Amino acid sequence: MEHIRTPKVEQVRLVDRFSNKSTNGTLYLTATHLIFVEGSSNNSASAGQEIWILHHHIASVEKQSLTTTGCPLVIQCRNFRVVHFVVQRERDCHDVYSSLLRLLRPVYYEELYAFSYNPKQNDQQREEGWQLIDLGAEFERMGVPNDQWQHTDVNRDYKVCETYPRDLYVPITASKPIIVGSSKFRSKGRFPVLTYFYQEKKAAVCRCSQPLSGFSARCLEDESMLQAISKANHNSHFVYVMDTRPKLNALANRAAGKGYENEDNYSNIRFQFVGIENIHVMRASLQKLLEVIGARSLTMSDYLVGLESSGWLRHIKAIVDAAVFLTKAVTVEGASVLVHCSDGWDRTAQVCALGSLLMDPYYRTIKGLMVLIEKDWISFGHKFADRCDQLDGDPKEVSPIFTQFLECVWQLTEQFPHAFEYSEWFLLQIHEHVHSCQYGNFLGNNQRQREQLQLGERTHSLWDFLMSEKQNYLNPFYKPSYSEAHPVLEPSTLPYHFKFWRNMYHQFDRAMHPRQSILKTILTLKENSRKAESELQALETRLQKLGVTPIATSDPPAPPPTRDQRTNPLPPRPDSLILGAPINHKEVERREEEDEQDEVGVEATERTDTERTVEGSSGTESRKQSYGELEGTCNGELAKVEPAVVSLELGVARMTC
Amino acid sequence: MEFAELIKTPRVDGVVLHRPFMPTVEGTLCLTGHHLILSSRQDNTEELWLLHSNIDSMEKRFVGSVGSIIVKCKDLRVIQLDIPGMEECLNIASSIEALSTLDSVSLMYPFFYRPMFEVIEDGWNSYLPQDAFKELESMTDEWRLSKVNKDFTVCPSYPPVVAVPKNIDDDTLKKVGAFRHGGRFPVLSYYHKKNGMVMMRAGQPLTGTNGRRCKEDEKLINATLRPGKRGYIIDTRTINVAQQAKARGGGFESEGNYPQWRRIHKAIDRYNVLQESLIKLVEACNDQSHSMDRWLSKLEASNWQTHIKEILTTACLAAQCIDREGASVLVHGTEGTDSTLQVSSLAQIILDPGCRTIKGFQGLVEREWLQAGHPFQQRCAQSAYSNSKPRQEAPAFLLFLDCVWQVLRQFPCSFEFNESFLVLLFEHAYASQFGTFLGSCAADRARLSLPEKTVSLWSWVNRPQELERLTNPLYEANSLVIWPSVAPQSLLLWEGLFLRWNRSSKCLDEAYDEMVHIIEYNKELQNKVNSLRRQLAQLETEDPLLDTP
Repeated sequence: MEHIRTPKVEQVRLVDRFSNKSTNGTLYLTATHLIFVEGSSNNSASAGQEIWILHHHIASVEKQSLTTTGCPLVIQCRNFRVVHFVVQRERDCHDVYSSLLRLLRPVYYEELYAFSYNPKQNDQQREEGWQLIDLGAEFERMGVPNDQWQHTDVNRDYKVCETYPRDLYVPITASKPIIVGSSKFRSKGRFPVLTYFYQEKKAAVCRCSQPLSGFSARCLEDESMLQAISKANHNSHFVYVMDTRPKLNALANRAAGKGYENEDNYSNIRFQFVGIENIHVMRASLQKLLEVIGARSLTMSDYLVGLESSGWLRHIKAIVDAAVFLTKAVTVEGASVLVHCSDGWDRTAQVCALGSLLMDPYYRTIKGLMVLIEKDWISFGHKFADRCDQLDGDPKEVSPIFTQFLECVWQLTEQFPHAFEYSEWFLLQIHEHVHSCQYGNFLGNNQRQREQLQLGERTHSLWDFLMSEKQNYLNPFYKPSYSEAHPVLEPSTLPYHFKFWRNMYHQFDRAMHPRQSILKTILTLKENSRKAESELQALETRLQKLGVTPIATSDPPAPPPTRDQRTNPLPPRPDSLILGAPINHKEVERREEEDEQDEVGVEATERTDTERTVEGSSGTESRKQSYGELEGTCNGELAKVEPAVVSLELGVARMTC
Repeated sequence: MEFAELIKTPRVDGVVLHRPFMPTVEGTLCLTGHHLILSSRQDNTEELWLLHSNIDSMEKRFVGSVGSIIVKCKDLRVIQLDIPGMEECLNIASSIEALSTLDSVSLMYPFFYRPMFEVIEDGWNSYLPQDAFKELESMTDEWRLSKVNKDFTVCPSYPPVVAVPKNIDDDTLKKVGAFRHGGRFPVLSYYHKKNGMVMMRAGQPLTGTNGRRCKEDEKLINATLRPGKRGYIIDTRTINVAQQAKARGGGFESEGNYPQWRRIHKAIDRYNVLQESLIKLVEACNDQSHSMDRWLSKLEASNWQTHIKEILTTACLAAQCIDREGASVLVHGTEGTDSTLQVSSLAQIILDPGCRTIKGFQGLVEREWLQAGHPFQQRCAQSAYSNSKPRQEAPAFLLFLDCVWQVLRQFPCSFEFNESFLVLLFEHAYASQFGTFLGSCAADRARLSLPEKTVSLWSWVNRPQELERLTNPLYEANSLVIWPSVAPQSLLLWEGLFLRWNRSSKCLDEAYDEMVHIIEYNKELQNKVNSLRRQLAQLETEDPLLDTP
């Protein structure tokens, strides 16, 4: 709290970043959040709109130069929310600014929200929450250990590789000296280990970091290690080695004593470069993308050119391409694959995780995705702390690697709408919490660090929380039968299958989204059906008690292939997920008012026992302004010659006042 | 002319048909006067029935003695036929070439087609202007139906009857007709029930370089203004293009002569530019290269999405003027037969819930496109694959359908029809067994006696089995104005049309079926609950003792 100089600032304007629409309110600064509460400007009793921004979500704060109306403060968040405040007094603005600067760059882990967040759970509940995901059980599910693969405790004290988990799986022929020798020949000691086992073909997906081969170095233990991986699979006499980097990057690494496997030294490998760019390219790409889509009055041409030049979708496609290659090698050829990049914790995690998700329907379920993230990202040491900038660190280490993975999954859900148990909301919510630092799961860079921080005792698990509101994240179109018939997904990676993920990058820009959500409508219908089922049953019982045969029960409707017969009703959606989420009170009321004014008797004619709100429609103030604004900017230079244009703008401005 | 003269080889056996995402079929190829038919002579195999008029272009290839014909259709499909025998292949190719480019309208298939279904309601009579006017009369008495154009003399591209302000007589209309491009004097396009504001459309005023004026024209449009109120003129051209039009006798309404009107210029492109755009877009969609950059740059270079954004923005602006500003609007471009209709029809989609029903949309297409004189005959003569030099082709109607699709995507529960309906209209506008889209205006249709000699598309569509396929299961009447987002991020490529033949739709179809299933199950349950409730209530009234449980 000592960093907060001014906990409350009144008369702050919140300006929409795309239109000029603004609302007045009060800004509060707490130890964990920045809160904006819209003032009740008109005398309606409606509660004002509230925006809660977690300090950890703030990526940058910019104080712009003073204008006549006040001092602008622009806040960019890691969940892609951008808020633009105008504070009347510069002094207040400066106070908020400097407080935020300090608050958003914690120096110690203990300052993170997870250590103070208390969802009113007792210790036992918390412990159970942490036990929800069990990686040992996951390897068992894959059929490991077995006659070719064994568990090894060589890393039980994090001595061989400090960024790997304690429990690792290797071929039975990989003895301890081979493991240790191999680890010494691999960057950061990350030797080849099993991450996914494809039972049907007994083929393995292994991961590691680059070999320290330089121009000519070789390591017999490492060669034996790959030999062992190859021998563990009788279906194929070779192992694919996928170097996920572009060849040029791998070559450059040789000068630093690192590099890639020489096919002459490894008798049994097939080497393949994949060409996914490094963290710096990805960071710059996202930066460029956000600049493009953040522009006001963006033309279609600038948008498409910007989308192309940002390279973002090209990178996403490269990752999916790599995962498809991996999947084909494993499921079609039955070959084992060893995946690596430089350190084996970014691109390698992306490709292994996405490949597994293509191969195994389990990872397309809610619990399965949690397990997959826990395995390939958390336990294998994706550096969440560095990549997500949890503590004040090196900005060059920050990169949207995990965001890309979530986006790849989303791109697949677009091609296979009924193959996933979870909807987009689940992916967005995970993304939200990877950056929120509200739960312990993603804190730190590896398991060793997490143990040192005693996260299990001091923080709560996100997975437990997500599981508790699982029904929020269900995809109503999910058909488990499809996955039974098509366990392996074969997506097309033609360019037009990759689309801009508006719901991620514009999550908080309401005006850009469809005003009616199919997902929400169908979820509500399913919920209604569930209620109707129980009511039907109650009615039948009552009629039967009265000794009457219910007329409609002669053939009860065939229940749909639902798998989740939850009894608790849909809880309110988290505020952060605006897609089809209940709109805030203020808007609802305003909308209702307008509806009543506009259309007398809509409510009466529309016999909606559902809670469906027809979103959008008349009450879209920002919308109509945006056409006006477009008008103004498109014909800016004509405004002088053509007074008509100006007058329309004025008209719009007057209307929205 | 006998079609037989054009068919040298009516039948070839052992032809192999290749289609994307479908197994190849081997069978017998037959040519008739209007169709290319491939029959495998097995009961359960799908056969190909292709209208010659659907063929946009054709290529021949020879490998040994097997010739291949690659047929590119106006509905954007590309198929390949492998024909054994060089001579047969050449014969077939030249027949297709000749039959798909017949010049005479009266030789088109609709004149030969006999319906194999029962016509419940003759579509030719479904959307008569008189009927639409009756509805208007129930709302206002400020308009009348004029028969000044009954012989198509005042305006060749207008229908015989049009709605005009009540106090404007036919002589005035004739004078105004002489002052507007193509005789297209301002007529009523839409009446906004909520506030009594109207949208009119016209051709450009023929002011020319010396600023000719027409008092009658001013009087006509001023007659639609309430005292002391202003109106908006939306000119779909940029100010530069409008200025240049003066040199060719056209022009725009000057402030001096139309002081009560505020003019806004937008930039909707002309037909040759649009046709070029369609060709580039389809080329990009058919590019099977794996380069993301190449795809995005081709998509951008096609400018298709830019056109969508511009048209939709202009339509929103018109709707905004009417609904928000409470002002009347006059829309025109140059001829008033393309961009004008795009804007006036889309504005109605936004404003009028009635246009979002299946029948309402048919009525809209009938009023704002067919009767309003959009020259379908010329605009839809060729599609994206044509090798011949474009003359007057333009995908103006397709752009309109795409814009409707964009709004449908943003308001998926507010339309009674689904995407299939829009795709169907696209197909039939380019090639059809029905007469609806033949000809370019009401005069053509009368001259060709289409209502007597051909079947209307609406007769076929408005049957229960077709309607079921075209109905949006999510529809729930929404009586509000719907304002779409026109941000580039909100506008998508219409995959269901442009990638229709380039991707497998199996998964998407299955998800759609699942959605239908969920909705139907819910309905069924609700019905059962209701009937049980009624049963219980009845018992309770019969025996009041039961009331206490």
